Amino acid sequence: MAPPTTAGRAGNNLHLSLGNSRTLLDRVLTLLAIGLSLFALFPLLSVLYMLLVRGGELLSPSLFTELTPGAGMEGGGIGNAVLGTLIVVLIASVLSLPLGLLAAIYLAEYAGESKLGTLVRFAGKVLTGMPSILAGVFAYALVVVTMGSFSALAGGVAMSVLMVPTVMLTAEQALRAVPEKMRMAALGMGATRMETTLRVVVPTALPGILTGVMLALARAAGETAPLLFTALFSDYWFEGRLGSPIASLAVLIYNFSGSPFPHLVKLAWAASLILVFLVLVLNVGAQLIIRRPQEF
Amino acid sequence: MTPSAATPPRLPVARPPTAWQTGANVVFRGLTHAFGGAVVVLLAGIVFEVLRHASPAVSKYGAGFVSGSVWDANRNEFGILPEIGGTLYTSFWALLLAGFLGVTLALVLSQGFLHRRYEVVMKNVVELLAAIPSVVYGLWGIFVLVPLLRPGAAWLNDHFPNFPLFATRLSGPGILPASLVLAIMILPTVTAVSREAMAAVPPRLAAAAYGLGATRWEVIFRVTLPTASGGIFGALVLGLGRAFGETMALAMLAGNAPNFSWSLFSPGNTLAALLANHFPEAGEFEVGALMYAALVLLLITLAVNVVGSLIMVRATAGLRGLR
Repeated sequence: MAPPTTAGRAGNNLHLSLGNSRTLLDRVLTLLAIGLSLFALFPLLSVLYMLLVRGGELLSPSLFTELTPGAGMEGGGIGNAVLGTLIVVLIASVLSLPLGLLAAIYLAEYAGESKLGTLVRFAGKVLTGMPSILAGVFAYALVVVTMGSFSALAGGVAMSVLMVPTVMLTAEQALRAVPEKMRMAALGMGATRMETTLRVVVPTALPGILTGVMLALARAAGETAPLLFTALFSDYWFEGRLGSPIASLAVLIYNFSGSPFPHLVKLAWAASLILVFLVLVLNVGAQLIIRRPQEF
Repeated sequence: MTPSAATPPRLPVARPPTAWQTGANVVFRGLTHAFGGAVVVLLAGIVFEVLRHASPAVSKYGAGFVSGSVWDANRNEFGILPEIGGTLYTSFWALLLAGFLGVTLALVLSQGFLHRRYEVVMKNVVELLAAIPSVVYGLWGIFVLVPLLRPGAAWLNDHFPNFPLFATRLSGPGILPASLVLAIMILPTVTAVSREAMAAVPPRLAAAAYGLGATRWEVIFRVTLPTASGGIFGALVLGLGRAFGETMALAMLAGNAPNFSWSLFSPGNTLAALLANHFPEAGEFEVGALMYAALVLLLITLAVNVVGSLIMVRATAGLRGLR
């Protein structure tokens, strides 16, 4: 809603002038608000600047191919952490995507206003608002205590708990946005509910579903708290054993940030740069998918 | 229905489903219901697992756990009063700052201050703020924010040493840098939710005020903000819920000190940071105590989020009559 900014010529009362205290106050507040908004964006700029300057320092191919160095040693890379993050996110995706997507289909296609539907939606909202560290506590109790050791699997379980509600609620929105007439047309052709859902509704809603999945992946990749005491960390390459600890970029940043060795701190900045790059690519990708114009 | 030999076979454009299709349909229907239910089971499982592992500590320490202020794993003495205090205190400052900036940002983004194009850009930038992992903010806090704050903190401590907020020196991590980073992290939530509340205010209310000759800020203060106040309040409560649960930035910046101080420059601790710092190396008894602490955190955040959601539902219901 644009306020009247140009003054009418009819009379002095409609004339906007800074001599008028009301107009003056209005302009001052506008300037103040825009100034504060820009101030609020300062941390983002500062973070991005520092990442490029300090994280870019060590950027080289060997960063991705070498293992993390021990305390006080020079050289090395963060290859095991990059690979570890990808593996943990992969485990989490395998666990959470089927659950989230099928639950979303239930909510959008079957639940309606039923009691179970309301309950599922409520559970989803509660899970979204739950602190991420509690997902770690859950995976610790369920996997680490049972198996007797920190493990990649426990990390994946913790992360999947965080991905499920995001995937489910965004996919539900996307499925609901598919016009009812498309369902009616498919059903009218003799398709079953399942065929309608899988061959008409889901393909139509796919961009929205993918956006949710990518946002969930971005969130999972950056999560640290649930990995600290589930996946722990490892200075070695992943050897295909889901039952042993695994490295991740996020935990590397946390561990090395408190290190007294400047080289390890530099590696933490480099890891941050790569992690933020990964997360931003996923986020921007998600935005691009959803922006694509759709016509029904 | 097979076409008879006399008539040419018609294309099966529309036909009733076969028995196999109907069967698959029933299975699919059951499957989706089961997975929907599984999400509820997941939530129940989380609460159950935390309860199960916390119950020995709950029966051993009882309510004294919440009011105790010593955390000593060697003597099996556990209390989380300083951590509860630290959680509330850092969240208070973060909410104060993020509430003020977030509502301002929401106004700038919803009241036509900017060209539509810049509005979208700015909205995406605020969302970007939420996309950066908290551990990266923690790293930034340690190496950029703390050095930046230290001279100012030292000056305030030198000149007002008796003022409780400035009673100590900022030696490194502390309440102030932790609260500032926390504010950055909840800013996107507060902005997005309160922007939605402001956008839900019927335009004709503002139009009526403009028609009476009000300036833009008169409309904002007397029409938009009062009408959207329920939603804005809900946004603040939801932001508070996020602040209570935020872990990494606080684990890295609050200082992990087992005591509570009103001074902004002294180190402290929060519930989530306590879990993050102690879980990896905890022995059997300490794990029980940590599970108890996790239970307390779960209950607090659950309560705050439910209250926030209820406020949001009520706020949107309240606007319905104005449409």
